[in-house]
Amino acid sequence: MKTLTKIALLSTVVVLAACAQNPFDRSGGAGGIDNGGISTSALDPSSPAYFNQTIGDKVLFAVNQSTIDDTARVTLNQQANWLNTNTTYTAIIEGHADEQGTREYNLALGARRASAARDFLVANGVADNRLRTVTFGKERPLEACSSEACYEKNRRAVTVISAGVGS
Amino acid sequence: MFKMFLTCLAFVLTVSAAQAQPLRIEIDNPNIEPLPFAAPAFIAETSGADQYARDLAAVVAADLQGSGLFRAINEEAFISQITSFDSPVQYADWKAINAQALVTGAVSTTSDGQIIVKFRLFDVFSEDQLGEGLQFVGSTNGWRRMAHKVADAVYSRITGESGYFDTRVVFVSETGPKNARLKRLGVMDYDGANQQFLTDAQAIVLAPRFSPNGDRVLYTSYESGFPKIYVLNVASVGRRVLQDQPGTMSFAPRFAPNGQDVVFSLTTGSNTDIYKLNLASGQRTQLTSSPAIETAPSYSPDGTQIVFESDRSGTQQLYVMNAGGGEATRISFGQGRYGTPVWSPRGDLVAFTKQNRGRFHIGVMRLDGTGERLLTASFLDEGPTWSPNGRVIMFTRETAGSGGSSTLYSVDISGRNLKAVQANASDPNWSPLLK
Repeated sequence: MKTLTKIALLSTVVVLAACAQNPFDRSGGAGGIDNGGISTSALDPSSPAYFNQTIGDKVLFAVNQSTIDDTARVTLNQQANWLNTNTTYTAIIEGHADEQGTREYNLALGARRASAARDFLVANGVADNRLRTVTFGKERPLEACSSEACYEKNRRAVTVISAGVGS
Repeated sequence: MFKMFLTCLAFVLTVSAAQAQPLRIEIDNPNIEPLPFAAPAFIAETSGADQYARDLAAVVAADLQGSGLFRAINEEAFISQITSFDSPVQYADWKAINAQALVTGAVSTTSDGQIIVKFRLFDVFSEDQLGEGLQFVGSTNGWRRMAHKVADAVYSRITGESGYFDTRVVFVSETGPKNARLKRLGVMDYDGANQQFLTDAQAIVLAPRFSPNGDRVLYTSYESGFPKIYVLNVASVGRRVLQDQPGTMSFAPRFAPNGQDVVFSLTTGSNTDIYKLNLASGQRTQLTSSPAIETAPSYSPDGTQIVFESDRSGTQQLYVMNAGGGEATRISFGQGRYGTPVWSPRGDLVAFTKQNRGRFHIGVMRLDGTGERLLTASFLDEGPTWSPNGRVIMFTRETAGSGGSSTLYSVDISGRNLKAVQANASDPNWSPLLK
């Protein structure tokens, strides 16, 4: 019974995670859920799916901030390792803001966040010509509710992996 | 019955006495009462003009009443019928229903698809015509514009200020859910009529801005995958990218009053500064250079100064600098954060978005930062734009939650007459008065 509950909880988490998939992610997702509710995830550590799901393609920020916190540092370190191992990939780092701000300011704030993530990756050995940044401001929230539970997920930088050598 | 007649008579006499002055609305009067007026159906002078005759009068009445300064008297109360454009006005009949102003008009159509609109404005209690009669000629599909021109003339003659009815608004049309919203540029009459799209919904577009004569629109588009500024010719809908520096992003463009220079924000790495671009020469000048975010620049009407927002103090605040850049003076010092400043066309005020304690406001203040007044309050109001006469502000109001959507609203700078203009739309920018 206990195990069943755990499985149910686990699949709930997986379903939520799938719902939260950024519609703007261009990498697709190899992971998914079969009819039995058992999660599958990428095993090949050199796949973008592994990068997105196992390492995590997102780091989060405090209100109006672009500082890389300890949690984000762990994720970005692994992202840097992955990029340093899989050198045929490039990445675009998207910076996003929550809706609690004016449009123009949030564009500039998103740029700060994307740039902070990018600078961290470069400082950890990723060639800067493999990385580009883009800001979406508040134009592409991941979560649509209007409370901090959603806002904290929307204040993010997303590292979007794509195939191809750097420019 | 007799008593009622006396009461009416007394009322008429009182109103008459109060009308010793010529017909006038002082817009700045804080206790303003809407001025009652009558706009009977225009006279159709040719067969085929009947519908225009009714519609023109209705649009004139809607414009005037919508300004909040006038109150249309219901047609059912009319005693006199206007049967001919040139027959004498029965002033007593209009006084009896307290119509202080009377707008009469006539419409005829020609065999080559033209429409001719004539109108006259009467000061009922002075028993006199107010200004000369006017005539407009144009194609039939421009009938609404002619109605707006009539309303502008009435507004102008009674308030002493230019109107704002024969204008257009460029905006962002929105469809789809909040986290995958489709956006395209739209343009419409100031009252929401005659909508057209200027772009498709393939890429996110933001914050369109008219040129000083309304022939071009600056906007930000993601069509390259990155935010870049484009300039679009309104007549041809042709467009070209304005800023394409590799590795940079640009947004928040706005024309200078000369129509030749454009100010905007350019982001390099983590830093966003304000630049000026001369459209003819392509020469680019950097106007701010702090490591803070500088954005949302807007010129003074004489082109000598720029108001903008910066977080150089730690939070978003408003600053004024010379149009050539350099030292800037902070003007906002109230509680909260201030953004998206827009200099009024009259030069006397700046409109802005204010965030304070989780609420958003549209407000105005003088250019030295004094006289701050908040006109609205909601979950999310932002992005003011001025009517060309500096009397009305249009802005975006977004509602909360996953089903939230954006609506264009307008409000008088007095804070009165708040009303929705267009649903599923954001980022309005008001054109100058059309020629």
